[in-house]
Amino acid sequence: MQTFDLAARGLRELNQTLHTLNGTTNQTAWEIVNTRGSHAIAVGVDAPLDITVRGTTGYYCAGMNKQATIRVKGSTGPGVAENMMSGTVIVDGDASQYAGATGRGGLLVIKGNASSRCGISMKGIDIVVHGNIGHMSAFMAQSGNMVVLGDAGDALGDSLYEARLFVRGSVKSLGADCIEKEMRAEHLELLEDLLRRGEADAKAKPEEFRRYGSARKLYNFNIDNADAY
Amino acid sequence: MTSEFPHTPPRKSYTFSDAVNAEIRRAAATGIYDIRGGGTKRFLPHFDDLLFLGASISRYPLEGYREKCATDVWLGTRFAKKPIHLDIPVTIAGMSFGALSGPAKEALGRGASEAGTSTTTGDGGMTEEERGHSKTLIYQYLPSRYGMNPDDLRRADAIEVVVGQGAKPGGGGMLLGQKISDRVAMMRNLPKGIDQRSACRHPDWTGPDDLEIKILEIREITDWEKPIYVKVGGARPYYDTALAVKAGADVVVLDGMQGGTAATQDVFIEHVGQPILACIPQAVKALQDLGMHRKVQLIVSGGIRTGADVAKAMALGADAVAIGTAALVALGDNDPALEAEYQKLQTTAGAYDDWHEGKDPAGITTQDPELYKRFDPVLGGRRLKNYLKVMTLEAQTIARACGKNHLHNLEPEDLCALTIEAAAMAGVPLAGTGWIPGRNGGF
Repeated sequence: MQTFDLAARGLRELNQTLHTLNGTTNQTAWEIVNTRGSHAIAVGVDAPLDITVRGTTGYYCAGMNKQATIRVKGSTGPGVAENMMSGTVIVDGDASQYAGATGRGGLLVIKGNASSRCGISMKGIDIVVHGNIGHMSAFMAQSGNMVVLGDAGDALGDSLYEARLFVRGSVKSLGADCIEKEMRAEHLELLEDLLRRGEADAKAKPEEFRRYGSARKLYNFNIDNADAY
Repeated sequence: MTSEFPHTPPRKSYTFSDAVNAEIRRAAATGIYDIRGGGTKRFLPHFDDLLFLGASISRYPLEGYREKCATDVWLGTRFAKKPIHLDIPVTIAGMSFGALSGPAKEALGRGASEAGTSTTTGDGGMTEEERGHSKTLIYQYLPSRYGMNPDDLRRADAIEVVVGQGAKPGGGGMLLGQKISDRVAMMRNLPKGIDQRSACRHPDWTGPDDLEIKILEIREITDWEKPIYVKVGGARPYYDTALAVKAGADVVVLDGMQGGTAATQDVFIEHVGQPILACIPQAVKALQDLGMHRKVQLIVSGGIRTGADVAKAMALGADAVAIGTAALVALGDNDPALEAEYQKLQTTAGAYDDWHEGKDPAGITTQDPELYKRFDPVLGGRRLKNYLKVMTLEAQTIARACGKNHLHNLEPEDLCALTIEAAAMAGVPLAGTGWIPGRNGGF
């Protein structure tokens, strides 16, 4: 395993080093130490690397990740794995606002709680949160799946499109155009897979969740729905 | 028997004019506000209210056909490893694939590249038509993040973080269902045929301190190669420019309320924002106060039509300008040759603004294959190149007359204003006086 001391070598050298590993090296296992809450750790990685971030991070850790598996042995600041394309990001601690924002693919696992706007505008990413999520999560979520083992805050799934939301605990309130939907066999199958990949299969069973999605009433503007906007 | 006294002639209200009453009736009948494309149509103080003084005994001119007047511009010299160098200071503003057809985007790329300038993507991601035909392509980083991905960030020549636009500062976007073709839907990862809302705020940052971190992230993803622009609408140009500089922008793009949009509410277009004439001096002052004028470049847009407009914007302190509506007109938008077709749409050439409906007879603001097939991207590109060249020649003509060997050497002292309003906004003297309202007292 390669060890990168962020305090000693700096952010620029870290990301440049990771960007040059374009899948043609066997140096695929990395650990980053002395993170000190730095922003933009391991952003824009595009290689099948296995990266362990030891410590807490600032904003946008693992932003726009492609292919890599990034494990954070701590908590993350806002926007972890924002716009992720593929790969896996696993946060052992809690995640601040906008976790997985606009993510287009891959899997984000948060073993603690996620703050507000988790999965905002998600576009295909899968997100598994072992704890609770804050208000306005999955706002304008376009596609992908969000699994929450705990509770959801206010206005879950406001103005969402085709994303599927699964919550085991309580939902404080649903946002505009978000409704509870029937849980069919295909969804239980999907949940089983997401719980397994999200390292949560020992904690919860698919049958314990409820499904939420779009009522699709705001898909085309209608003045009679103006109060919902 | 008629009265021997004259009747009071019918008098219509100025406040409740025919146009106002027609809009009230339209709203009452439809229950929806008016949505349209383009920029404001109201009369505003503009570059037409400024004049150049030209040369005199104290300033000698340059010979029009012999002495050089350079037009090139560097953008992104503050932090980017690979700043952009353009031959001319007239760039093409961001317009999305979705709002515009693929062939129209191709034409913009062709014309701009031949003229030595850049084009800009829009709220629909980067298309092959545009990347393939644009030598220099600016990739917009928008609140919606439709199609956003690190590969396109890396193959862009610069990245423009869009905070706002002049037509609707504080507003998001709406691409109505009739323009959501299979391809547009796929690029945006949304169902076909639904109204696509573009958020008005970025999903993962709020405020100038966050913006600084967001810019850091984009720089790290792209290895500090690309210039980072920050685009703002003409709302609070002094503070927005200062905050963009503080956040680490290489370039500030400032769009006045004359700037167009693919579609938004008419009430928004006409009643929010400031005219570009009022915005430029505020932004320039912010840059000067921070000691960053010419170090962070300023691109201005909103109602730029001619080389005179280019020269005036640059004399007020801009490094470059951007055009959107004018570029579409050059491609063939609102051409009187299509009048019969505009009549069928119950409009007339020069007034057509229902771009969101996707029925553009010119084949520019549409996703209908039957309509966009009419548009020839090679010819469109040629027309745009010609227009850009003419604008540049016009600006050079004025600059030489003012004794300047580079467009960037134009200065506010080359200008006077025709109206008190324009003098106050632009910060140049009212013609025939030394008076700049608000600055130096009386005449």
